[in-house]
Amino acid sequence: MHIVVCIKQVPDSREIRIDPKTNTLIRQGVPAIVNYYDLHGLEEALRIKDEFGARVTVITMGPPSAEKALCQCVSMGADEGVLVSDRAFAGADTLATSYVLALTIQKAEDTWGPVDMIFCGKQTLDGDTGQVGPGIACRLDMDQLTYVELFESLDIEKQEVVVRRHLEDGVERVRARLPVLITALDILNRPRRASLPGVLRAARYKPIVWTTNDFSNLDRSKIGLKGSPTIVSKTWVPEPKQVNTEYVDSANVVAAATDLLNRLYATELPQKLGWS
Amino acid sequence: MIGLQPEGDVDWSMYRGIMVVVEQRSGVAKPVSWQLLGEARRLADKLDAPLMALVMGQDVSHIAQQAIGYGADIVYHADAPELKDYRTRPYSRVCLKVIKTYRPEIVLMGATYTGRDLAGAIATHLPTGLTADSTQLDVDDERLLLASRPAFSEKMLATILCKQFKPQMATVRAGVFQALPYDEKRTGKIIAVHQDMHENDIVTKVLEFVQDDNRVNLEDAQVIVAGGRGLGGPDGFKLLHELANVLGGTVAASRAATDLGWIDHAYQVGQTGTTVRPKLYFAIGISGAVQHVVGMQNSDYIVAINKDPNAPIFQIANYGIVGDLFEIVPLLTKAFQERLTPVMAR
Ligand SMILES: Cc1cc2nc3c(=O)[nH]c(=O)nc-3n(C[C@H](O)[C@H](O)[C@@H](O)COP(=O)(O)OP(=O)(O)OC[C@H]3O[C@@H](n4cnc5c(N)ncnc54)[C@H](O)[C@@H]3O)c2cc1C
Ligand SMILES: Cc1cc2nc3c(=O)[nH]c(=O)nc-3n(C[C@H](O)[C@H](O)[C@H](O)COP(=O)(O)OP(=O)(O)OC[C@H]3O[C@@H](n4cnc5c(N)ncnc54)[C@H](O)[C@@H]3O)c2cc1C
Repeated sequence: MHIVVCIKQVPDSREIRIDPKTNTLIRQGVPAIVNYYDLHGLEEALRIKDEFGARVTVITMGPPSAEKALCQCVSMGADEGVLVSDRAFAGADTLATSYVLALTIQKAEDTWGPVDMIFCGKQTLDGDTGQVGPGIACRLDMDQLTYVELFESLDIEKQEVVVRRHLEDGVERVRARLPVLITALDILNRPRRASLPGVLRAARYKPIVWTTNDFSNLDRSKIGLKGSPTIVSKTWVPEPKQVNTEYVDSANVVAAATDLLNRLYATELPQKLGWS
Repeated sequence: MIGLQPEGDVDWSMYRGIMVVVEQRSGVAKPVSWQLLGEARRLADKLDAPLMALVMGQDVSHIAQQAIGYGADIVYHADAPELKDYRTRPYSRVCLKVIKTYRPEIVLMGATYTGRDLAGAIATHLPTGLTADSTQLDVDDERLLLASRPAFSEKMLATILCKQFKPQMATVRAGVFQALPYDEKRTGKIIAVHQDMHENDIVTKVLEFVQDDNRVNLEDAQVIVAGGRGLGGPDGFKLLHELANVLGGTVAASRAATDLGWIDHAYQVGQTGTTVRPKLYFAIGISGAVQHVVGMQNSDYIVAINKDPNAPIFQIANYGIVGDLFEIVPLLTKAFQERLTPVMAR
């Protein structure tokens, strides 16, 4: 078994604030973390490793500082961490990202053997598109199981997995054959803490670094900003809604309830909501 | 497969019109599909181009017909047993075939689990740019799609373009746009599309689908009755449930209430919960902390009920009642019940 886990180091966007004077993001002091959902992908890979034995390779495309994120994964039990890093990769959208990650997975196969499973997170905290997982699966011509909430079973003999996919209106049980790409929800599992031997190993661990020069078949027109068809043309902070709050007099609560109801009825709400 | 290239001619001027991929389950279309047709109709008229819909499934000819009633000019309709359940491979294969044959300049899908799964595969295959989770759409004089999406936990909006390839693709959030009123008399063309995968060649099998009627679905809710720490405990939510039931709405909560364990985390609205945009949002016993407000400020109408006249929630509320929620909410429920029930019973 060879499992690849894709992780991304992201700013903890929950902590990002907007400077009210300049309307720009305040990135200072925002901690960089391993994208939350990716840790759930890693945990599932490690559980498979615990039960069936597997090599777990963690890969990330990012700046040199993302080494730290890989070390965190090694401390949890990953065997190897690969950082794909090069200025030429910068500014990638999901299309360019899935291109580089697919090449990386191919190279990981050449190095450590065929890949049976790939785990990605449901989406990232920053780009938040959820498009990279399907992009990788497409490029590797692999089946994909997205939004997995439960990893039901793995049958090594038959090379089959059964998972539960989470959908808006219910849960779908799906069977697929290896190799397969899975994107993880946070309800999939609870990521483990680093073990003591893991921490010791991670402290000395140097992730493998691949740059553009390490890929013989890399097409430079498909990477980085140049290889990214989507262009962010502008960003803005939406104006806070200007509202003139109408206050309902609540001295008499019964009258207040009727008053509010009448005011709501005077809007387009009854038409839109089918009240009559 | 790894580095995909656009096939054949790259004369992008051949690409015309907007295509909406309609999502359905068990023969019932998802509302987001009709909402998308509504908005896409506006864009198609602006571009003076046809509006197309793609309907895939088994026994879904009625949905193809509905797509016309909701605004499509041309519907591509693929009907086959292999398309009964959504699976990435057969669905993306049909989609790719239709896109390559009929060349829409814009392709839109709902930003649902299925829509994101499918769009991600197709955009990579074509290849083209794909904007995720848009909440605003427009087109400019150069026929570019301006797809805007929230970024950084809803704190900013970003407008994203794709100049290099066609079609320009975007997934779009449910509940943002409005469907056109259904017009039975509208006419359009339905074109059958052949699905050519054999079941034996589709490795992935859907074993079962378990519908969950209790699934918290705040994103699609039209009316949300949200409560916070002011409810004083789990029992307070009973009052909200009663009001929500009368209005056909859904209950939701602030993080204070979910953190206290009064209600499940799945009901949390806000920065670290769900972002909602219902037609009507009640904030009851919620102070209006910024982390809560970012998740609900785009509701069409906001009603705040709070005993503190200085609570920040009033700054964004259209209607405010300063008072005790335990007195007001039951009376409001009763008032609505009296007004609405005879109609519902009809
Ligand atoms: C505000 C903003 C909006 C954007 N909007 C778009 C858009 O609409 N369309 C678009 O194509 N791009 C967009 N981008 C660019 C895009 O987000 C990223 O730059 C791209 O590299 C990764 O996409 P993601 O973060 O959305 O990942 P997702 O697709 O959400 O990530 C899913 C999973 O893929 C894996 N993964 C993602 N990135 C990496 C990585 N670098 N290394 C290893 N594994 C990874 C992880 O397992 C992750 O959980 C946007 C960026 C920003 C900042
Ligand atoms: C990183 C981060 C992320 C966060 N994410 C979220 C998020 O996603 N969602 C979220 O909601 N919060 C979030 N928070 C928490 C947020 O800051 C607030 O603490 C929270 O929203 C407060 O909830 P509340 O309004 O219910 O409680 P409170 O602020 O305590 O307000 C209770 C209100 O009830 C009123 N009240 C009390 N009794 C009555 C009565 N009998 N009748 C009428 N009114 C009454 C009070 O006047 C008061 O205004 C986050 C915080 C952080 C730091």
